[in-house]
Amino acid sequence: MEQVLANGLYLGAQYALIALGLTLIFALMNVLNFAHGQLYVLGGFVTYTIYGQLEMPFVAALFAAAVTLALVGGLMERFLFRTVLKRSVREESTMLLAAGTAFFLDAIILLIFGEKQRGVPKIVDGVFNWDFRLIMPYDRILIGFLAIFAIAAFVLYMQYSKTGRALRALAQDRVAAQLMGVNVDRYSMIGFALGAMLAGVVGGLLVTITGVNSGIGGPISIKAFMMVMIGGAGVISGAIAGGFILGMLESVGLSVLHSYGDITYLMIFASLMVFLSIRPQGLMGKPWG
Amino acid sequence: MNKRNFLKSSAAALAISALSLGAAGGALAANKVLKIGFVGVTSGPAAAWGTSNVRSMQTRAAWINEIGGVKIGGDTYDIEIVTFDDQKDPKRAIAGMEKMAQEGIHYVVGPNVDDGAAAVRPVAESNGIMYFPYAFPKSLYQKPASNAVLGMIANYQSGPAIYKFLRDKKGVKKVAFIAANESDPLSQRDGGVAAANALGLEVVADKDTYQNDTRDFVPVLTPVLRSKPDLLVLSGVAPGNAPLLIRSARELGYTGFISTETAQDAKVLEEGAGDLANGFISVGGASTPEIRSKAMEEFIDRYTKMFGEYNDESNTKVYALEYIIETLKMNPKGIDDIGEFKKTMDNFSAPNPYMKGDATLKYVGMTSFGQKRQVAVPMVVNEYRDGKFDTLFIAEVD
Repeated sequence: MEQVLANGLYLGAQYALIALGLTLIFALMNVLNFAHGQLYVLGGFVTYTIYGQLEMPFVAALFAAAVTLALVGGLMERFLFRTVLKRSVREESTMLLAAGTAFFLDAIILLIFGEKQRGVPKIVDGVFNWDFRLIMPYDRILIGFLAIFAIAAFVLYMQYSKTGRALRALAQDRVAAQLMGVNVDRYSMIGFALGAMLAGVVGGLLVTITGVNSGIGGPISIKAFMMVMIGGAGVISGAIAGGFILGMLESVGLSVLHSYGDITYLMIFASLMVFLSIRPQGLMGKPWG
Repeated sequence: MNKRNFLKSSAAALAISALSLGAAGGALAANKVLKIGFVGVTSGPAAAWGTSNVRSMQTRAAWINEIGGVKIGGDTYDIEIVTFDDQKDPKRAIAGMEKMAQEGIHYVVGPNVDDGAAAVRPVAESNGIMYFPYAFPKSLYQKPASNAVLGMIANYQSGPAIYKFLRDKKGVKKVAFIAANESDPLSQRDGGVAAANALGLEVVADKDTYQNDTRDFVPVLTPVLRSKPDLLVLSGVAPGNAPLLIRSARELGYTGFISTETAQDAKVLEEGAGDLANGFISVGGASTPEIRSKAMEEFIDRYTKMFGEYNDESNTKVYALEYIIETLKMNPKGIDDIGEFKKTMDNFSAPNPYMKGDATLKYVGMTSFGQKRQVAVPMVVNEYRDGKFDTLFIAEVD
């Protein structure tokens, strides 16, 4: 049981970090960013190139992934989403744009980085082993703590910094925020860049554990959407809760139900359908959006 | 991929485009064009399977065209590879095979997976197309089917050989199977379980599965390894998942053997699992350094120059195009009539350019399928060690 709980917590920490960026972008711009998984993949490949190929320090690679993805996110907002949002009030316009961006990034990443699964050297060697009741490699423990640290830093930044307050105001009421002097265009771009940066950071962190390949962007996005739906779209605390709930459900399900075949995700999806039919806004979302 | 490799890949793509354009006019105009199709997966998590196919075909085609084409009957042909990414979706595989039919193509390599290969069968049969899948359902290769030719060694051919080797030489008694929850891996797992039972091995886990897009395998493997198997079989594992599974199993303290019946890539294992992958047993690489000829070395060199990085899976996938061309050379009527191609298969034999010695290309499959619907490639069982594959044993299939 100790192992199952530890697996769930570790999965939850990484899932929560993945979901944060997605929910931030949704909260700010009402955009379902289907390309979130591809941004994660790009962050993984930047880290792979700098840490794995150029053999520079991991911290430098992670920093480069964060900066690169922030730039990519900022450019996406400035030249794609802002343009479409100003020209079309139909929500599906941004959804289609996001889906198209996802396909485009998939193709570009495949072209540049190839089709193979990529991995990097472990950042910490060794395995914590408590009498075979709880086994956890040290690099997983480190990444888990880094993920929790990143989540905490993000929450504090949103809570107490001027930018964070502006972003929260923007998320709550765009017009009111504008009337209070918030530069909507500027902070939308910052918010999108921050969301993309979070995806890049988690991609960079996890490339040390799970590697990266050009085809995993879509599945990552789907999982991120699940977490956001569980927690409530556009709610930071909801994304964190959704990540930990999904991580724990996976870990417990795979342990308890393994002898029945692959029904863990069947059960999770079925439960999600029932849950959303009862509470469509998710755990912490508001029915009015 | 680093900048240098990216530039190489871009240059390769330009070169292929230039050669394709060249086929329509200019210096290559004197030759006829023989179109060979590819329908398989070149995007998504399983892109490595199809990409190694396509690149093998493109490398070989460019090589043939560079030396003036291939003489079939009285004519000399340049080879043009027509590709279609089915995204591992049977519906798209059907669309791809229909595209091949519309282009008048009679020989297609792929699809890469079971459901895709089964889905394209009616289209291939009604349009006179011979296809070379990398998929294992026996019904594709047994009568009344006759258009499909298995392009590799099947798991039900290699699995028993591996399990027997490990039972007899390494004392393996208990086996656990784990597979992705998809048709190919599940059918390979079921075949593996049957083979293990037939050999008298104790199967301690045969129901554990995972989603193919799983990134963290620790929760998946935790219950499997509690059964303390001597051998963990990764049934039908995708190259992208193999290092993750191996790494997770070793980090959870598993010290037994790990094997699979699918082809893997040494570089991917090295990057993804490092030393933890040492001892991992797999099939494939039908052209290992011990048995490969100078022509195979040149193929690897050309492939690397064209695409920046070689893929060990191409050690097997180099063969399908060679079989098609050599069979057509033996009976040129097959170019427009697959009935002639089929007639030729029974007695076909040609020197194997990719192996040392007097090895031959020939169609096999009588034992497994009752007819010759499989290309003969050496069944090389490898053990990964320190960034490369060492050959454990080599066998043949009929």
